[in-house]
Amino acid sequence: MTDTVLQRFSFIQAAHRKVGRLWLFMAVVIALLVLTPILALAWEALHGSSDLWPHLFAFVLPTALTQTLTLLLGVGILVILIGTGSAWLVTAYDFPGRSTLEWALLLPLAVPTYIIAYAYLDILHPIGVVQGAIRAVLGYSSPREFRLPDIRSMTGCIVLLGFVLYPYVYITTRAMFLTQAANLIEAARTLGTTRSRIFWRVALPLARPAIAVGVSLALMEALNDIGASEFLGVKTLTVSVYTTWITRSDLPGAAQIALAMLFLVIALIVIERWARRRQRYSLTAQRNRSFTPRKLGGFAGWMAFCSGFVPVFIGFVAPAAYLAIEAWKRFHMAGLSRQLVSEASNTIIMSAVATAIVLVFGIAVAYAMRLRPGRFSGVAYRLSTVGYAAPGTVIAIGILIPVAALDQFIDRNAMSWFGFSTGLLLIGSGAALIYAYTVRFLAISAGAAEAGFSRIPISFDQAARSLGQDATGTFRNVHLPLSKTALAAAGLLVFVDCMKELPATLLLRPLNFETLATHLYGEAARGTYEEASIAALAIVLIGTLPVIVLAGVGRQKA
Amino acid sequence: MNKLSAVKLALFGSVMALASSGASAAELNLYTTREPGLIKPLLDAFTAKSDVKVNTVFMKDGLTERVASEGESSPADILMTVDFGNLIDLTEKGLTQPVESKVLDAAVPENLRDAGNNWFALSTRARVLYAAKDLDLSAFNYEDLADPRWKGKVCIRSGQHPYNTALFADYIAHHGAEATEKWLTGVKDNLARTAGGGDRDVAKDILGGICDIGIANSYYVGLMRSGKGGEDQVAWGNAIKVILPTFKDGGTQVNISGAAVAKHAPNKEQAVQLLEYLVSDEAQKLYAEANFEYPVKAGASIDPIIASFGELKVDPVPLTEIAGYRKEASELAEKVGFDN
Repeated sequence: MTDTVLQRFSFIQAAHRKVGRLWLFMAVVIALLVLTPILALAWEALHGSSDLWPHLFAFVLPTALTQTLTLLLGVGILVILIGTGSAWLVTAYDFPGRSTLEWALLLPLAVPTYIIAYAYLDILHPIGVVQGAIRAVLGYSSPREFRLPDIRSMTGCIVLLGFVLYPYVYITTRAMFLTQAANLIEAARTLGTTRSRIFWRVALPLARPAIAVGVSLALMEALNDIGASEFLGVKTLTVSVYTTWITRSDLPGAAQIALAMLFLVIALIVIERWARRRQRYSLTAQRNRSFTPRKLGGFAGWMAFCSGFVPVFIGFVAPAAYLAIEAWKRFHMAGLSRQLVSEASNTIIMSAVATAIVLVFGIAVAYAMRLRPGRFSGVAYRLSTVGYAAPGTVIAIGILIPVAALDQFIDRNAMSWFGFSTGLLLIGSGAALIYAYTVRFLAISAGAAEAGFSRIPISFDQAARSLGQDATGTFRNVHLPLSKTALAAAGLLVFVDCMKELPATLLLRPLNFETLATHLYGEAARGTYEEASIAALAIVLIGTLPVIVLAGVGRQKA
Repeated sequence: MNKLSAVKLALFGSVMALASSGASAAELNLYTTREPGLIKPLLDAFTAKSDVKVNTVFMKDGLTERVASEGESSPADILMTVDFGNLIDLTEKGLTQPVESKVLDAAVPENLRDAGNNWFALSTRARVLYAAKDLDLSAFNYEDLADPRWKGKVCIRSGQHPYNTALFADYIAHHGAEATEKWLTGVKDNLARTAGGGDRDVAKDILGGICDIGIANSYYVGLMRSGKGGEDQVAWGNAIKVILPTFKDGGTQVNISGAAVAKHAPNKEQAVQLLEYLVSDEAQKLYAEANFEYPVKAGASIDPIIASFGELKVDPVPLTEIAGYRKEASELAEKVGFDN
């Protein structure tokens, strides 16, 4: 009897191992899919000569590197300050309007960097509303007599990017404060530690991995940015990639710089991980209790609300109000564009499809790493996230090359076997675009899935497995329900990011296919921002919906 | 995995259904870097006249790469872009084909098309000077931009923008690389703000008191003053006067918008038909009236706003020669830190 049980057990184990291998296999395939565009770029880079490097070293890199690092450092500090500060504010204190702030703090996510840049350029221009009002108060009649310093500067760029990118830190850090940190914070409190000491000694160190994830997402967005830096005159490495490619028609050279940049980013990630190597963040299975926030009333409550509202105002309310006014003016002048509805639906459908795939892939990669921790799955996981770090246009080119080659291959074979042309199957169907979104944003879902799973004690897996579940069953019955909120949050982030994505969308979309972002760019590129204001407002509004849902998801959990 | 691919297939299917549209009698596929708002009126007029439906995809960077990667399977019939450098690049990469058309030959002057008839200019624009209205200035040379008299008074977009690269390349053609480097350093020293933004920002910034003069394209003045860009821009356009600058030993630097028939164009006949339409009197008039560009066809009318700048004396250096200096121009701009 014992024998048969043992036999059966080992049989099940063998079957389970197979399922486990399947997950690992999937993870490797996904990693390869993400790696393909990078390899295509590397291939392209090899075709170039190394002629451009002496010139780059002498005249371009010193400035570009300094500007890039200054931008990253500035944005990094700003998003940590705003993101962590606001997360602590709404977690540790209770004041009038707190529940509104909780979700409102996420709203700047809906505002693409290129939109915030042009909105503020207009608002703060010498002939804009703000300076106009200041002049009226001070009694000056012309901007020639009095004007404020120009926003088109490194400082301007850092501030603007900081105020739209901080939600990445806010979202990850707040989740940490609410869940795992809560027990320890409660413990510290019962031991009589003061609130500010708790923040510095307990909450902040515990939130460090969350801050790191949030900051790296924000910084990669900043590094990728081309729209805002173009408006604000900041010359980052990304701009050098562009110049080399577009102005000098040197794609191999551009690929070389882009790859060098990618190495830089990967190095930064590795250093950050290395710095945290001795820290373990293990958890108990004990149910997390959120700790009771301290009530602030009267003036203190008011001040708390105001300070929490500042980032919302700068990152969302002001630019959205500006867009609404511009859109209203435009609406009066020219009415609603007929294409707007189809553009909006294209945007939503594409983003939704991409989000579904990105989520599934992200889960697969992260779960494989949990099932089979080891070099293979770890490398697969890391590789799958590099797409987020490369400039969007460069990734788009990296995707274009292999996808178009495959399209041609299919077309040629269909022609010779069946005698008809398939045309460009992948590009023509929009599949290339979905692929691009997947490569770009897989880091978000994989990261969130990994973070979500890491909160689940491994003993849960063992319990489920000993009860006869295979890896997939364990995932369905244990991991999925327990990391639902984290995954939902990641899905919404991905959705918003897909909606805002511009360079890959421009390059890889089919004929007659416009999205809100491409429409907006089409107008902005020839300087008719007013005409684009309706599309811009639509992007911000559609982006706001998932953000509000996201807030709901977070609250449920809390 | 199976379930996954089934889901994916279903999703792709729905996307495909969305993307593909009903086929009509004759069609034509256009890849363009010209903004939809600019060319839509022209294409609509063409379709109304010829019954050929035009499918478009507007791109900015990477049109060349996309056509090249798509190879023989590319549906592109016409490649439309601005800046002669882009057109020359397309031709040099073998992505275009020659077109024999008496209509095009007759309409487009020889210096505004490829010697092998691979590309044709459809409109031209001048790189002009915007100056504050009350400024006592009536003539200007590009060389003057480096004059210390204008210290802290000059606005311009990025020195790496193709419009500026073409201007700097033209400067090299006139004065050589060394003098150009010196000139660029001088211009850089005169800048009132970082080089960046767009051409309209020059007018906006002049109104805002940030600068007195700046270099920008001619047609923006029409777009601003005509009210097509909204009320605000009328104010920007009216804050400036336009001077057609010249090189001391030449004329005003012009650039073009143009088009070529793609090498593997599936609808070549329709493609040539569209090109021929675009140089017809009707289309050239649209270019001038709707976009405020200079028509390429001799004798075609110019919009009054543009005509008010005075007579355009085009710089005689051939476009192909200027194109040869583009890389050097871009590198010089980097060398002097023009955009920093």
